[in-house]
Amino acid sequence: MKKDLAELLKLLKDVDSLELEKVRIEAEELELDLSSPAVQTILTELPKVVPKLVEQKFQFPVESYLGQVAEVQLGAARAEGGTRGKIVKVGGDKAPPFYRFDSTIVNRPVIAFDVFDTPQPQFPKVLKEEWKDVWEDPAAWAKKAVERYEADLITIHLISADPLIKDTAPKEAAKTVEKVLQAVDVPIVIGGCGAPEKDPFVLEAAAEVAQGERCLLASATLDSDYKRVAQAALKYNHVVLSFTSMDINNQKELNRYLLKEGLPPTSIIMDPTTGALGYGLDYTLSLMERIKLSALRGEKELQMPISSGTTNAYGARESWKKRDEWGPREYRGPLWEIVTGLTATLAGANMLMMLHPTAVRILKEIIDSLTTTEGYGPLIENWIAQIR
Amino acid sequence: MKRISPIEIYNLLPGTNCGECKESSCMAFATKLLNREANISLCAPIEKPEYKPKKEKLIEILSPPIKEVTIGTGEGAVAIGGKVVMYRHDLTFHNPTAFAIDVHDEMPEEALIDRIKFVQNFKVERIGKVLKLNLIAVRSVSNDPKKFANTIDIVLKNSNFPLILCSFDPTVLEAGLKLSSERRPLIYAATKENWEQVAGLAKKYKCPVAVFVPNNLDLLTSIASWLKERGVEDLVLDPGTLILGASLADTLDNFVMLRRAAIERGDKRIGYPLLGVPAVVGLIIQDPVETPLREATIAAILMNRYADALILHTTEIWALLGLMTIRQDIYSDPRIPSKVQPGVYTYGQPDERSPVLVTSNFALTYYTVVGDIESAKLNCHLLVLDTEGLSVETSVAGRKFTAEKLADLIKTSGIEKKVKHKKLIIPGFAARLKGDIEDATGWEIMVGPRDSSEIPSYLTKHWSS
Ligand code: B12
Ligand code: SF4
Repeated sequence: MKKDLAELLKLLKDVDSLELEKVRIEAEELELDLSSPAVQTILTELPKVVPKLVEQKFQFPVESYLGQVAEVQLGAARAEGGTRGKIVKVGGDKAPPFYRFDSTIVNRPVIAFDVFDTPQPQFPKVLKEEWKDVWEDPAAWAKKAVERYEADLITIHLISADPLIKDTAPKEAAKTVEKVLQAVDVPIVIGGCGAPEKDPFVLEAAAEVAQGERCLLASATLDSDYKRVAQAALKYNHVVLSFTSMDINNQKELNRYLLKEGLPPTSIIMDPTTGALGYGLDYTLSLMERIKLSALRGEKELQMPISSGTTNAYGARESWKKRDEWGPREYRGPLWEIVTGLTATLAGANMLMMLHPTAVRILKEIIDSLTTTEGYGPLIENWIAQIR
Repeated sequence: MKRISPIEIYNLLPGTNCGECKESSCMAFATKLLNREANISLCAPIEKPEYKPKKEKLIEILSPPIKEVTIGTGEGAVAIGGKVVMYRHDLTFHNPTAFAIDVHDEMPEEALIDRIKFVQNFKVERIGKVLKLNLIAVRSVSNDPKKFANTIDIVLKNSNFPLILCSFDPTVLEAGLKLSSERRPLIYAATKENWEQVAGLAKKYKCPVAVFVPNNLDLLTSIASWLKERGVEDLVLDPGTLILGASLADTLDNFVMLRRAAIERGDKRIGYPLLGVPAVVGLIIQDPVETPLREATIAAILMNRYADALILHTTEIWALLGLMTIRQDIYSDPRIPSKVQPGVYTYGQPDERSPVLVTSNFALTYYTVVGDIESAKLNCHLLVLDTEGLSVETSVAGRKFTAEKLADLIKTSGIEKKVKHKKLIIPGFAARLKGDIEDATGWEIMVGPRDSSEIPSYLTKHWSS
């Protein structure tokens, strides 16, 4: 202390006035040579220099990014060669999901309702109750999802084509797509049956009947004839879903192949697989984050929007199984779907495929909140006393 | 801020490769330190005086940009924060989000005790781990120091959980601290009005403090800095949990920016754990289902965006189950699947005619299957195949669940001596390996259901002993 002061005095020798900020002198005993006029002034003024706390500014950590995700249009209006009353744009991300401080949000994530071309008696109870009245008729199912629950898109899964289910011929299966297109005016995702040897033919037939509508063909996979799917999309003006199982390198590889087929990045969406909450969501979360960050860093082969098969949430037994220690299952189902979809969007998914109306309603509201700059709620400053 | 490299750490170690830390070399130890798998104290030689400057430097570069703050003492203590990265694919997240459930000082004693007991005893078992709630947040609704003290007294008598004392009135807080400071509660909260008095309390009672400044990061930064200048170092930041309309987006922005400024820009002023309060949902929506559903949704969002602690109001089991599950997902190690020891396990009292089942050694799979076997009180043998920690479905697709491996396991496990039959039940997802397994093992293969919860009914139908 003494030494410091001595130094200070030395420094002050030739100074005649000085302002001090943020200074606190703590000493038991002050022994000073008060000959310097400058020090005289300081000391007389000291009592007035109450330790003043300076207001601080938070330094906003804004980032910029080299890359941008492609913007993909689903659905085509009449003027564009389709018949859709509504079109949807996905992707275009310039920053990580919902990071409004880095950049404006280009497109909000959208939600597609799953519709099947075959009744689904094995659905968990919560879903059965909701969709049983329409599952004999996919057009009615789609209509209910759009009119009652405001679906942004409809996914029609042509699972009847599965050789182990009905083995419907591709042309026959495609008829359902026509019916759904007539029933609703939102864009359509066309899902195959999952059999790699058959799906390219099913999707090709469906692409033809839906010519010009910019549907999403789900999916091209590494173990199937992805070329056929890509060519059908090119020929009939659709978008391809590039589906891989939990592997970033496979995803890059398939995207590269699709680009090579001549599809522009604006005609590809990718699905790197969504694991259910508690059953693989941990992998999905990091996978999607890595993909999105790579895209923003400039990795061309990953600059496509991401889709999430959020309905996989029902693969978790907690979402459907009756078990008293877990509480009522009718709430667990939607919650499982919400948390799965939420985590996927926060990790980078631009599009969610979902099933339960409650889950969709809540996620839509959350997405609205996270993408708007309007309508502020209260600060809730006195929550401690107010919650009952 | 760029991440430190193992070389930087290595350069600060003694460099003698003496092995006292139980690592083969200083470099190996450096890597462990970097990955937070070891503590400096394991290197005894660095205690020598000549290494003192190096050791200090090492502690400095290894100290996480988000301070670790401990609430509570002893066994039940909860450490929050201590974070070093923005993304879990860079480094496993440590210190899972701590869940607090609130009680308040105008609750009738009986209801209060019920709620405390619920919090204390609530647990869920998943993947071999017992998941629990962590804290009790005691709110002063009355703003009466006596009532608050009385409530704290009841809480202390009925639970050993660490506490959060919630009031904006320093007198009320002090009434609570007098009784509970030995348990090192978190003082909630210092605000722009009361921070000087609260700083005094924190120093007097040596407790951590939460700073609450809704949606104003400048002021939050200022108050955190002032508290630090007053010598209060264990801070937790609550930038406000606003949930309606664009406010929710502000909330998220605040959480992310605070974390990013601390970790990537090295801003020490706000390098503290973050606290969110999803409980506020109840102020806006009152419905027995919608409220917990939304509260859980907000909580899940905040957990995905860096909340280190949450104050919750719901005690709905289904909501808590979802939250514990997402917490487990976020805080699991994304690089190494958790595995169990392969081999043969027995359940109940199996004899030589009991069924033999096979599953994978992925922890999630194993505990799911075992849960099903145990809850149905089955007597059986379970072969656990080394699938390198992959689930059944994944390992079949990825060729890690193979007939050859299974044949090997049958030989080495000694199962052939335990049973008199040669019938093996395989998971439904492994159906396509049936022929291969029969050829490789000579056992008769029965294809079981796809979901292990159906094993009991499958056995009733297909197993006659
Ligand atoms: C997480 C995950 C991963 C993680 C792995 C996590 C892990 N440790 O296993 C990662 C990212 C590493 C991964 C990789 C791959 N994956 Co993967 N993955 C998943 C995912 C999302 C969840 C798996 C899971 O955890 N299931 C939960 C556990 C508990 O299930 P389980 O072990 O099968 O156990 C159940 C049943 O089998 C049964 N059961 C279990 N034991 C027993 C025993 C008996 C006697 C009985 C009767 C029943 C039974 O009951 C259990 C409970 O229901 C699934 C999709 C899905 N299902 O949601 C895809 C999935 C399994 N993966 C798939 C694929 C193709 C792969 C890859 C081959 C892809 C690639 N990269 O090439 C790789 C292979 C990895 C490798 N190195 O070989 C496909 C498999 C398709 C198929 N059926 O052929 C799936 C279905 C995704 C998809 N739709 O395409 N995957
Ligand atoms: S104990 Fe220290 S000096 Fe010895 S090998 Fe380990 S790190 Fe190196």
